[in-house]
Amino acid sequence: MRSDRNQKTPLGLKIAAGLGLIFLHAPILLIFVYAFTTEEKSYQWPPPGLTTQWFAVTWNRPDVWEALSLSVRVAAISTAIAVVLGTLCAAAVSRSKFFGRETVSLLVILPIALPGIITGIALRSAFALTDIPFSFWTIILGHATFCVVVVYNNAVARFRRTSGSMIEASMDLGADGFQTFRYVVLPNIATALLAGGMLAFALSFDEVIVTTFTAGQQQTLPIWMLEELIRPRQRPVTNVVAMVVVLVTLLPILLAYYLTRDGDQIAGSGK
Amino acid sequence: MSTAANQYRAAPAILPAASGIRGVLSDAFWRKPKLLLFLMLLPPVLWLGVVYIGSLFALLLQSFFSIDEYSGLIKREFTLKTYGDLLQAANLDIILRTVTMAAAVTLASIVVAFPIAYYAARYARGRWKALFYLAVMLPLWSSYLVKVYAWKLILAKEGILTWLFSKLNLLWLLDGWLSLPIVGGNSLSVSFTGTFIVFVYVWLPFMILPMQAALERVPGNLIEASSDLGASPRQTFWNVLLPLALPGIVAGSIFTFSLTLGDYIIPQIIGTSRLFIGQAVYSQQGTAGNIPLAAAFAVVPIVIMGLYLWMAKRMGAFDAL
Repeated sequence: MRSDRNQKTPLGLKIAAGLGLIFLHAPILLIFVYAFTTEEKSYQWPPPGLTTQWFAVTWNRPDVWEALSLSVRVAAISTAIAVVLGTLCAAAVSRSKFFGRETVSLLVILPIALPGIITGIALRSAFALTDIPFSFWTIILGHATFCVVVVYNNAVARFRRTSGSMIEASMDLGADGFQTFRYVVLPNIATALLAGGMLAFALSFDEVIVTTFTAGQQQTLPIWMLEELIRPRQRPVTNVVAMVVVLVTLLPILLAYYLTRDGDQIAGSGK
Repeated sequence: MSTAANQYRAAPAILPAASGIRGVLSDAFWRKPKLLLFLMLLPPVLWLGVVYIGSLFALLLQSFFSIDEYSGLIKREFTLKTYGDLLQAANLDIILRTVTMAAAVTLASIVVAFPIAYYAARYARGRWKALFYLAVMLPLWSSYLVKVYAWKLILAKEGILTWLFSKLNLLWLLDGWLSLPIVGGNSLSVSFTGTFIVFVYVWLPFMILPMQAALERVPGNLIEASSDLGASPRQTFWNVLLPLALPGIVAGSIFTFSLTLGDYIIPQIIGTSRLFIGQAVYSQQGTAGNIPLAAAFAVVPIVIMGLYLWMAKRMGAFDAL
């Protein structure tokens, strides 16, 4: 009988873990305060006063809207590509053992295992060698490549839990391959795909390192923010955008968590 | 087959061969699972193979080209000149600085992550466990740039950290630290100390998760047995807990090390003007237009990570992922 369930936690451990969690969260919470500050020129703390005027200013900035719209379009298309490729790959890897199986899973993980700058400069070199000009589609090429892995991870975990005998039963009862996919496989993996898709969206929406190498003159929202960080023009607007970005990425992550929480190897662990 | 009478006939034990393209395909996939497997693998492997592996080859190829110093054009013929340029003292300095920073960040992450991972793995139960998991997952997934930006606010000279130190009457400590060579600077946001703190902050969740996974697998009664046999908590930690958690720690260190090696945004926004590998790659391909040298620079982290992964594999780190 294991008896570790009702043991008392050492006080030192409690404090260290608590401090660690504060370290993880306090900076993000601070952003929320700064979005309301009246100070324009510096990062002064404590804020001299609080105001909501910067939300209106941000709302009326066309460059923010353009960057946001580009980011959403890129993330949507990259996610769609990643969901298709990741699911196919996960289905193949989990349903059979074949020669080169390890290589395929390594291939999927590699774009995220190597530092982003390598993916970026590699794509940049390839575009330079083949004379492909930068465009909307070069951004997507990069994003879809590293988004495959999050969909793949979620789908593989779910396939592992889905019993193969259900597929056989469906075929035995006379369904053809397509019907089996539509009525048996898809309902089983749907939530995992949704979770993977949302994480892929969040990943693409937030990506900056690879994007700087594949975007040319276009600005996604992270690139817009990076510009503001290097050469601040209107600090309060950056504060507001930062706060909105935190809120926007929070939702898909929480949803993905609730979709996969019972038993799967859980959604986000493979960023 | 569609008349009313047929509906009431007993279904044959063996179904007739399916008709139509859909039926033929479906039957073919059933008879030849290899065909289906091949068709499923084809799109992802083609995409990743062409886009990603192809690009990596392009990178490697570029690193063997060189730039013409007078015209600034890239000469597309094989040469080792670019790698020769890479080995200049200034560039070796950049590599050494980056590797030192990556090692320091990794060690600090281990120290900060351990209590969180250990608490979550051994003491948190039920609702608390889920809460802990989310508490690590949310910062991991929140926007990278926003996190860096938050630290710019915190570390600024007029920011909250200076305010905190002055409220605690510890300003002399902060000033003393900043006057030190190498780690100091005008303010925290333009010093290596600042760069270091932000790196630790941003990569910390990548260390906590695999560490926690490894610690979950350490049976609690092993630790009790150790103390029953007379070991002090310190001895138990060094002789029982740490060796068993090591694969997880190594797995986490792969992330912290590799991510620090390749990052160019954090040292650019919070740090000194002295370059890291990532910044060198970025400025060589951008303003300098020297893609071959940028490519050669990028090969450095690949080689270092290759060695690191090889060592990690020998220590069994991949069983913990």
